[in-house]
Amino acid sequence: MKVVVDMDKCQDHGQCVFAAPDVFRLDDAGHLTYVAEPGEASRADVEEAADVCPLQAIRIED
Amino acid sequence: MSSRVVVAGAGLAGLRAAEQLRAAGWAGAITVVGDEPLMPYNRPPLSKEVLAGSAPFESLAFRPRASCADVEWRLGAAVASARLDRRVVRLDTGEELAADGLVVATGVRPRRLRCPGPLAGRHVVRTMADARTLRARLTRPGARVVVVGAGFIGCEVAATALKLGAAEVTVADPEPLPMLRPLGALLAHALFRRHRERGVRFALGAGVAAFDGEDRVTGVVLEDGRRLGADVVVEAVGSVPNTEWLDGNGLDLTDGVLTDELLRAGGLPHVVAVGDVARFPNARYDGVPRRVEHWSMPADTAKRAARTLAAHLAGAEPDPEPFAPLPTFWSDQHDFRLQSFGTPALGAEDARVLHGDLAGDVVVGYHAAGRLVGIVALGGPAAVAAAARHRAALLRRPALTP
Repeated sequence: MKVVVDMDKCQDHGQCVFAAPDVFRLDDAGHLTYVAEPGEASRADVEEAADVCPLQAIRIED
Repeated sequence: MSSRVVVAGAGLAGLRAAEQLRAAGWAGAITVVGDEPLMPYNRPPLSKEVLAGSAPFESLAFRPRASCADVEWRLGAAVASARLDRRVVRLDTGEELAADGLVVATGVRPRRLRCPGPLAGRHVVRTMADARTLRARLTRPGARVVVVGAGFIGCEVAATALKLGAAEVTVADPEPLPMLRPLGALLAHALFRRHRERGVRFALGAGVAAFDGEDRVTGVVLEDGRRLGADVVVEAVGSVPNTEWLDGNGLDLTDGVLTDELLRAGGLPHVVAVGDVARFPNARYDGVPRRVEHWSMPADTAKRAARTLAAHLAGAEPDPEPFAPLPTFWSDQHDFRLQSFGTPALGAEDARVLHGDLAGDVVVGYHAAGRLVGIVALGGPAAVAAAARHRAALLRRPALTP
């Protein structure tokens, strides 16, 4: 599974971090970092993260 | 015989309901009916980035999940009535749709002020069309803008109007402070100060009595006699649930569609309600049914309601665990952001600074009977990180009992 975040859209709300903490993280400066190719076990969490992103910046590419 | 679920409403809640029905295993037909001639789109930027012109209208479209490729979209057609006992929904085109299952996702429309004066020049912000019209007015040089309603949307629009170069922006509200009821006096006062420092004027403590002007609004008259000159008026005074089409079915439609703790309406196993229109008890709090117009709610309610409905349609019993979401919202105003978790309004009388101070980045905790029921972070990454730690505590709390 490939995760793509449109960093032009991302505004560091951090909702994805709550939904999928194994994949998304805010660094010490509050900016989003993420695992671009997480394991299939994370799919439900990443789908949830994509749903709750206020900017709808997260895309899952199969 | 093939069976069908009708989703009435093609906003975020309708889209998520269709997606979650598929995720819950519903393989039958899904028809989504929406009165706007547009596929579901994201509304929060309509008072912020898109109104300001820093993001294009096209950027608002949602990308439906691949599982919804076979969903039928009836756009530009509104649901007009329903006979729930006969499992039929009628559209304003006269067409009748058989609905073995029904998801009520018709949302809300802006409440309008009913006082004397002209209509032209008075705006609301709910749809893409509303925002396009308002943006055209706000970008005229030298506009004097009066925003009626000092809630989140009103304050966001005020900030955006200033950013667009409006000559004067005044927010009017009968309450003594902006965002007072949802956030309590402690934070409302800090926000009042921040808005004023950035150039927003306030006319608080009096409602609107009338609008000045012949064919077009030229001003707003308040109940205490104050007059505010205005070229553009924005009404942000709350919303009205779109439930008239459900009249005559024996449902409780007092402020939205009342549901049980599994989001079913009127005790009917084949009818669920989601999003802004649903008035549901939240087992996390006091069990009192409330509508929650937060952005997180369409996804949360859709997920739960779809499971309830899909189980029924498959001939199974739904999961009896009561719905207990953690409401979440944000608001961007000027250069600051509010992020809220839980239900601050339930603890507005007992608000305490948990982190930072009110002049800078701050996290405020809201308590009911001494227990944390909501947190709001105002400011940058440090506040958000601190709020995230408290959010975990909110999630761990057992539900309050009535």
